[in-house]
Amino acid sequence: MQSIQGILEFFDQIFVNLSFWFSSQLANYLPDWAVTFVMMLATVLVLVVFGLASIIWINIFERKVIGRFQDRYGPNRFGPWGLLQCVADMVKLLTKEDVTPSKADRLIFNLAAIVPIVPTFLVLAVLPFGRGMVAADLNIGFLYIVAVGSLGTIGIFMAGWSSNNKYSVLGGMRTVAQMISYEIPMVLSVVGVLLLVGSLSMVSIVDAQGEWRLPFVVLQPLAFVLYFTAAIAEVNRSPFDLPEGESEIVAGYHIEYSGIKFAMFLLAEYINAFSICAIATTLFLGGWRGPVLPSWAWFFLKTYGLYVILIWLRGTLPRLRVDQLMDFAWKTLVPLALTNILLTALVAKLVPAHSLVGAAVFLGVNVLVIAAIAVFKYPRRKREKREVVLVHKPATPEARSS
Amino acid sequence: MTDRETFDRLAARFPAFELEFVEGTDPAVLVKGENLLELAQHMRDEEKYDFCSSVTAVDYPDRVELVYHLYSMTNEGGPAILKVHCNKEDPIAPSVVSIWTGANWHEREVWDLMGVRFDGHPDLRRILLWEGYEGHPLRKDFPGSEDEYIFS
Amino acid sequence: MTTLKTETFNLNMGPHHPSTHGVFQLKLTLDGETIVDVEPVVGYLHRNHEKIGEKNNWIQNTPFTDRLDYISPMNNEFAYVLAVEKLAGIEPPERAKYIRIIMVELNRIVNHLIAVGFLLNELGCFFTPMFYCLRWREMVVDLFEMTCGSRMMPNYFWIGGVSADLPEGFLPECKQLVSAFPGFLDELERLVTENEILQMRCKNVGVLPPEVATAFGCTGPLLRGSGVPYDVRRAEPYSIYDRFDFDIPVGTVGDVYDRYLVRIAEARQSVKIVEQALKDLPGGETATPKKKRFRPPEGDIYHRTEAPKGELGFYLVSDGSENPYRYRIRVPSFVNLQALPHMCRGHKIADVVVVIGSIDITMGEVDR
Repeated sequence: MQSIQGILEFFDQIFVNLSFWFSSQLANYLPDWAVTFVMMLATVLVLVVFGLASIIWINIFERKVIGRFQDRYGPNRFGPWGLLQCVADMVKLLTKEDVTPSKADRLIFNLAAIVPIVPTFLVLAVLPFGRGMVAADLNIGFLYIVAVGSLGTIGIFMAGWSSNNKYSVLGGMRTVAQMISYEIPMVLSVVGVLLLVGSLSMVSIVDAQGEWRLPFVVLQPLAFVLYFTAAIAEVNRSPFDLPEGESEIVAGYHIEYSGIKFAMFLLAEYINAFSICAIATTLFLGGWRGPVLPSWAWFFLKTYGLYVILIWLRGTLPRLRVDQLMDFAWKTLVPLALTNILLTALVAKLVPAHSLVGAAVFLGVNVLVIAAIAVFKYPRRKREKREVVLVHKPATPEARSS
Repeated sequence: MTDRETFDRLAARFPAFELEFVEGTDPAVLVKGENLLELAQHMRDEEKYDFCSSVTAVDYPDRVELVYHLYSMTNEGGPAILKVHCNKEDPIAPSVVSIWTGANWHEREVWDLMGVRFDGHPDLRRILLWEGYEGHPLRKDFPGSEDEYIFS
Repeated sequence: MTTLKTETFNLNMGPHHPSTHGVFQLKLTLDGETIVDVEPVVGYLHRNHEKIGEKNNWIQNTPFTDRLDYISPMNNEFAYVLAVEKLAGIEPPERAKYIRIIMVELNRIVNHLIAVGFLLNELGCFFTPMFYCLRWREMVVDLFEMTCGSRMMPNYFWIGGVSADLPEGFLPECKQLVSAFPGFLDELERLVTENEILQMRCKNVGVLPPEVATAFGCTGPLLRGSGVPYDVRRAEPYSIYDRFDFDIPVGTVGDVYDRYLVRIAEARQSVKIVEQALKDLPGGETATPKKKRFRPPEGDIYHRTEAPKGELGFYLVSDGSENPYRYRIRVPSFVNLQALPHMCRGHKIADVVVVIGSIDITMGEVDR
């Protein structure tokens, strides 16, 4: 029993031990301040390389899963089971000609390719990938994520404006409206979790879920759904991918980009999608908590599980129109998020902390709210159901031709 | 095909128009260009031919003939066919867009490909060929019409 | 409080666009995202079909009509062949008539599947419904290939019959397809029709009142979606349609959602017709004896049929020689497209694409 425990512990802390060993090796050759400096650089490097490398398997994962939804195989020619497809795509994008429109604003056009991708990497710095595996345990963790994450909007607007193309401007405007509107329900829906935890640090949120012995999705299911929906709209994924609405405005804000700059936008989108799944895992699904398997394995399992849901939504749902999108954010998500905060605050005051009874009360209140919404909406849908009328006409005029 | 009865009714109603009955597999009513609008108005309002299916032109050796096929949504059945003769040098006819809105693009196509001008059309431009194209291709005297295809 | 001065701006959804169903330009005048005016510009695919038709002889025009509406070629050939047979007074044998109806109705199913699939694709479903619909199109097109050797340009009908009899494996496979098809339509409806986002995007978008539709001369699912129960197969029956029992689905409001529902209901009715035709299929020969040179008598004729997109009519003028004197096609998409500006005013850009998808045009027809 002890040996099994030891083996699990070893695998769980394998990366942490690796970094300790590395820093102790460095301490033999370098003074203290240099060791700290090199360790910080190494952490940054690991994060960036992880972000870039994860594109490879996320991209192929997405394309194969979407292919299966559409009753076909995904890419399966290049590499075993098509696993090297992303390498082929990257080579193609890198070797394409880098075209800049002649009337475009050059400086902003080139900068706009870089700006969306920087915040996505910055967000990865505060996520706890495992037990003790967080790059920077800021005590304003979630606030930092929200603040930094919204910088990507500027980059997209810069891209839209500087391309000197009406479609891009439309795409850029839509993006700004959408991303700003969906920030609010996204942040408000997490406030319930923060009330329960009492701290903004991501590590303490995971620890608090350990103290409750339950993931927060049980205590705050409504908040989970709200956060997930708002976050999908934040990162412009279907069904909210209006800014790059392929069929209307033909790729919207990145219509004039080609080659490596286009690859940067793609990268930003994929890493963003990964980040929101990771944040949702940390906040609601218990982060790296879980029996038997190493903590980082649980983290990635949960994150990729949520990512499959993202892909599922992309392959199934049609796109919302821009005014319906804004209606949805302001008239549906924000009131629900505010209701959630009120009820959470109320119940949190009345109920003992870290108790199963409290969890049951939270769950009950959320279920009541969801049931109320369903009861309100369902009869209206039944009333508005529409059918065609089948007119039966007899064939009395005789056929006059053969 | 227009029945004999429809023709008799129209001839009795408009004796001044000198309508003629054209025989054939699809009998038609021949009407003069200047009387077309009034007859068309009568067809739509009294006879309930509210669906103008097509407006075509045929380039005969001595004339350009416009053919109108009208149907009725309410009394279903065969069409009422109106024919108008225009002269070949400068074919011109009144436009029925004010009566059936759907004739708009049909008349533009006839102008584009056959060269028949329509009086009173709101926007008579070429529709299938580009602006600045010279000539009207479906005419029999369009250059290239006399090329023979060789079939073995 | 002074009012803000705003201007409209022009956006060109040009010929190169993923969702304009072919090369077709739209000049939009926009006020923000709201549409003030739409002007469609057609003619990018003009191939001078009518003039070439006058050069071909009567028999050669039959495969030439395949190229008009390349999604439902059997219907084009059917309309042309019926017009010529009416002009010349030829009567094909009974078996040929039934085979023609089977092919034409199968093609109607294919066309409606493609129309629905592409409409959903434009709504943003990212190809998933399209692949589902195309999967079933493959089965129908396999049947075509079995019979006439080609999937898309069949060249199957002759003046006086059909060119080849149905092969051995056709009947069992067709029966299997026809019995499985309503199940697929049920699955599609279950997945898509009640979807809330679809209903939000399609209901009350692109409304066409019935009087306006009649004034524009629209036909087909566009007209029937607006509530007018006019179907050429019942209004002026041709071929043997008066022997079959089918209903005409008619919408109530006249928006995009109604047209979508009408197309699915029409596909179901086509399956009914094919079932009845398969049951009553008589034996016999499949074509009247062909003459080497075909010269119909003089005269002119206009014959119309109910193609999947609307009323397809051929106006043929013969002067007794081997070539038509005038070969004119009344094309449904060309006429239906005139109603586009009326349907789009006041809506947003995203709606224009959806409305075009619901009219279901094919530029091969519109430009000829």
